[in-house]
Amino acid sequence: MTQGEGGDLPREGAGWRELPPGGIILIPGGSERYTTGDWRTSRPVWHRERCIQCLLCWVYCPDGAIRTEDGKVVGVDLRYCKGCGICAAECPDKARAIEMVPEARARREGV
Amino acid sequence: MAGQATATDQKKAGGRRLALTGNEAVALAIRQVSPDVVAAYPITPQTDIVQYVASFVADGLIDTEFVTVESEHSAMSAVVGAAAAGARAMTATSANGLALMWEVLYIAAGLRLPVVMAVVNRALSAPLNIHCDHSDAMGARDSGWIQLWSEDAQEAYDNLLQAVRIAEDPRVQLPVMVCLDGFIISHALLNVEVIADEAVRAFVGEYRPAYSVLDPDRPVTVGPLDLYDFYFEHKRQQAEAMRTAPEVIREVARDFARVCGRGYDLVEGYRMEDAEVAVVALGSTAGTVRHVVDVVRAEGWPVGLVKPRVFRPFPADEMLSLLGRLGAVAVLDRSDGMAGRGGPLFAEVRSALYRLAEGRASGRSPVTLDFVYGLGGRDLDPVAVRRVYARLREVTGTGKPGPEVTYLGVRE
Repeated sequence: MTQGEGGDLPREGAGWRELPPGGIILIPGGSERYTTGDWRTSRPVWHRERCIQCLLCWVYCPDGAIRTEDGKVVGVDLRYCKGCGICAAECPDKARAIEMVPEARARREGV
Repeated sequence: MAGQATATDQKKAGGRRLALTGNEAVALAIRQVSPDVVAAYPITPQTDIVQYVASFVADGLIDTEFVTVESEHSAMSAVVGAAAAGARAMTATSANGLALMWEVLYIAAGLRLPVVMAVVNRALSAPLNIHCDHSDAMGARDSGWIQLWSEDAQEAYDNLLQAVRIAEDPRVQLPVMVCLDGFIISHALLNVEVIADEAVRAFVGEYRPAYSVLDPDRPVTVGPLDLYDFYFEHKRQQAEAMRTAPEVIREVARDFARVCGRGYDLVEGYRMEDAEVAVVALGSTAGTVRHVVDVVRAEGWPVGLVKPRVFRPFPADEMLSLLGRLGAVAVLDRSDGMAGRGGPLFAEVRSALYRLAEGRASGRSPVTLDFVYGLGGRDLDPVAVRRVYARLREVTGTGKPGPEVTYLGVRE
């Protein structure tokens, strides 16, 4: 079993004999290594200069994808962001620091 | 009918003989096992199992957490949650209740949780009917649950106790349903040899779950998304556990026989040593067939009975070794395949025998006939069983198999 106590997630290509029964995962926090942000159709673009650091985006993000340092927003973790737009919707009108940009355009233009 | 225990065996187990209905025997077994959690919803003919267990809890005889759920879907969900937390969890149901559990049956099996459930077999609606029929459990035959079938209250009691050990064995880790015929077994009184509480406790032992969602020192995630990259492997693993189960079922039966003297196997053959033909039957009907076997033999024709005790995993090799050399085999199905190739028991038996035909130079295997009977609790009497043996005689005599599926006991 590749995935024992203090072990690792199952290796890619592991055979059925190696896996823990019933699809359970034996290590905590393993989802951190399972990046799920690759099916976004639009991405939040954060404008530092407009941000008032109210942290509402951090509170509302259902995926914990708002990155903070020392209690301040520093950006969005696009490895997990699904592009739901809740952060942009919750961002106060007076700030409007988060703008949702179509993913294709963002990639093309390198936003 | 289990292997008869001797007086010495009974004394060793500190047991008693009690007049019990099948449901009382099952409830008593549950009390003796004293599971951590029982979540159940009453439905005829399972109702009094739930009622008795609730009384045991209310009377302080067991400290089981009894969850009065609002449906069978919730009952199965609650025992799945309890089992994932590392509890020994049980439930019981019948017919439509089992149908309502459907999606969660697969979850219990897929998560490899050793839940034990008594299924008191009853016809599925519609038309509405509360009597014995195997269509409920047969519909769940591919859900990944082990199925033990009982011929009488004694076997229901014995199967339930053994089910706990089978389900929890680390080589298996699968849920087990113990099937007993509605009313015929569940409500009829029988002298049941009951094992002493301490002997039962020693037999089932303490449950040590491999994992628990409630253990903060060894955190686990139960039920994560499992896509095309791993799901197949987990299903393959589950199928392997099912294939390993027969060896564990036999080991548990050997241990059980040491406790009380009653012996069990995957399949029971009755007077099969020199039998020329056999009837295959599940559950209480095997008792009727057993009687007819004696009658037909007394008239000079060596016939036998084959009773699978385990239907999942299907004991194909054992069935083959009992049936393979015969001229003809009749299968009694208490549920219809609705224009499938006969009923579910027939499909399994014939499929196993076809394998034999493929391996033989002659390409021959026993002629197989299916008899769908007893739907909705229609009685199957010895006269009807005699008609089945008469058909087998006709087939072996003339070599003409006649109709593949016969409805036995229906009015034309």
